[in-house]
Amino acid sequence: MTTRIYVPGDSAAVAVGADAVADAIRGAAAAVGREVTIVRNGSRGLFELETLVEVETAEGRIGYGPIAARDVPGLATAGFFDGAPHAKRIGKPEDLPFFRRQTRLTFARCGITDPLSLEDYEAYGGLAGLARALELDAAAIVEQVKLSGLRGRGGAGFPAGIKWETVRNAPGPQKYVVCNADEGDSGTFADRMILEGDPFLLIEGMVIAGLAVGATKGFVYIRSEYPLAIRAFSRALEIARGAGLLGQSAAGGRQGFEIEVRVGAGAYVCGEETALLESLEGKRGQVRAKPPLPAHQGLFGRPTLINNVLTLAAVPFILSQGAQAYADFGMGRSRGTMPIQLAGDIKNGGLFETAFGVTLGELIDDIGGGTLSGRPVRAAQVGGPLGAYFPRALFDTPMDYEAFAARGGLIGHAGVVVFNDSVDMARQARFAMEFCAVESCGKCTPCRLGAVRGTETLDRIAAGSAADLVTLEDLCETMQFGSLCALGGLTAYPVMSAVKHFPEDFQVLQRQSEPALQVD
Amino acid sequence: MKHRPVPNAWSAASAAEIIEAHDATDGPLLPILHDLQAAFGFVPQQAVPLVAAALNLSRAEVHGVVSFYHDFRSEPAGRTVVKLCRAEACQARGGRAVEQAAVAALCVPMGETTADGAVSLEAVYCLGLCASGPAALVDGAPVARLTPDAMVDLLREALP
Repeated sequence: MTTRIYVPGDSAAVAVGADAVADAIRGAAAAVGREVTIVRNGSRGLFELETLVEVETAEGRIGYGPIAARDVPGLATAGFFDGAPHAKRIGKPEDLPFFRRQTRLTFARCGITDPLSLEDYEAYGGLAGLARALELDAAAIVEQVKLSGLRGRGGAGFPAGIKWETVRNAPGPQKYVVCNADEGDSGTFADRMILEGDPFLLIEGMVIAGLAVGATKGFVYIRSEYPLAIRAFSRALEIARGAGLLGQSAAGGRQGFEIEVRVGAGAYVCGEETALLESLEGKRGQVRAKPPLPAHQGLFGRPTLINNVLTLAAVPFILSQGAQAYADFGMGRSRGTMPIQLAGDIKNGGLFETAFGVTLGELIDDIGGGTLSGRPVRAAQVGGPLGAYFPRALFDTPMDYEAFAARGGLIGHAGVVVFNDSVDMARQARFAMEFCAVESCGKCTPCRLGAVRGTETLDRIAAGSAADLVTLEDLCETMQFGSLCALGGLTAYPVMSAVKHFPEDFQVLQRQSEPALQVD
Repeated sequence: MKHRPVPNAWSAASAAEIIEAHDATDGPLLPILHDLQAAFGFVPQQAVPLVAAALNLSRAEVHGVVSFYHDFRSEPAGRTVVKLCRAEACQARGGRAVEQAAVAALCVPMGETTADGAVSLEAVYCLGLCASGPAALVDGAPVARLTPDAMVDLLREALP
């Protein structure tokens, strides 16, 4: 009898030596004449435990972690092939509070199944959404997405159903579905985990989207910084083609559907949807002015549905379980679950999918367990490099698009980056401007020039010129209201939130409290 | 350390083959540039007019695309390419110290190649390893939980 052993093939595991662990386990098994099958699953999403090795036993899957290759001989001696005790045995991973407290709708399979096994995918509920979609006409599929309340998970939070309907109603001899997998926000990795850990989910979501809007061709634009995701997803596409899930027979033969992977080339701005379309067309990744909307004139001038990975990956659940089942989760106008990514200096960093409404403080202190370094938490940047820095005083903000907007922030792609008390917020503000300058596409002046001037202004402030804070505020306002897209438009968020919530780092308080003339 | 495959010397014939292979591709410019770079290690200047002619573009347009994207090189890289994450999540986990250690060990600033051509040290903004940082891609392989010492060890392997 062969023992199934799971060693994640996720980038976060491979980056800490998972390939060597897998080799060591093969070697240890051969040495004792034990037959093993090693499955390279996705990551369950608690990265401190990587490499998390799991052994299938009669009692279920028993986890050991974090494991390095050098731990394997000891594990083998202890009898881990049968789930025996060991200092690094964590029991069943799903029993850990970090996992028990989650509501995994999109990430239900990630870390559990073999990402490249269609049998596994179906056995764990995959393709049920597509089966349901095939029973509906296009309008009814769009209606389900609308009723679910799903909003674009890429950052803007635009109602997905409205977008789908616009593309469905747009006339055109050829339409496209484009998946934005250019996940460039620091602190985010959920798209990557799906591409590596449950790629068929995205394929299923795209086929459903194709049915709904009448598109026969899809593109997945994956950033080049994700080489393992590109490899895994490309392999999944081949398997899906082989199984007839793509190609002429796709979508039950009702209409063909083909998906092509395209690789980005290191431009952050290509995560902006119109820049991404330009890039797909083979041009510089420069933002387009809207209108026309991509839904009317998108890729190659055709009606195009462009959605983030997580948006498309939420669709199979909505179809298979019904829109209401999805909409039952969440708060206000933020319905369903959000795969939140806890990152930076945090103990339990990783993927935490939960209904909207959980507060930032719960996420960081309670679920995240505070900082990894043990130092006090000082700030959290939510929503990537264009997201605001929140101080502790705002940690009662619930994860909800409107609640974050009301406090001068944004959820974005739901990355939460935690900083400890050693952070210099003036430096972070400067970095935000510097990043914008490096990544600006150059099309509009407020962003192209503003970011450079902003960096210089922050340098002057750091040198003691408090008067330049007024200049900075003016500049941020110009960038916010004058830029074509979110890159220039939202750089003001991290910059001004740092100034507002952490004035002491900009020497403002100190200067204000010093009278101009000392009398005595 | 595994090195990247040694790039081929420039050959107009193999460049033409690469371009032709994308005959049926929609919006083929980025895929072609990626393939040219994979073959030659960078996008050679001689390739630009060939691509322009094949795609009915001006040379300026092709140059504009090559120069827009951070990934495309106009000259060869070092034998080992280290792309070190400079983004916020890695900063919060000690990334700046790792960057300083790398710069000190190689005696080159970020974005440059050592004089002996051994290592190119490049900045990258996020590798999606934000709860395992500081992180880097070394010849395309992800590496995480870096410390200044680990970074220096890693570079020492790459240096002759």
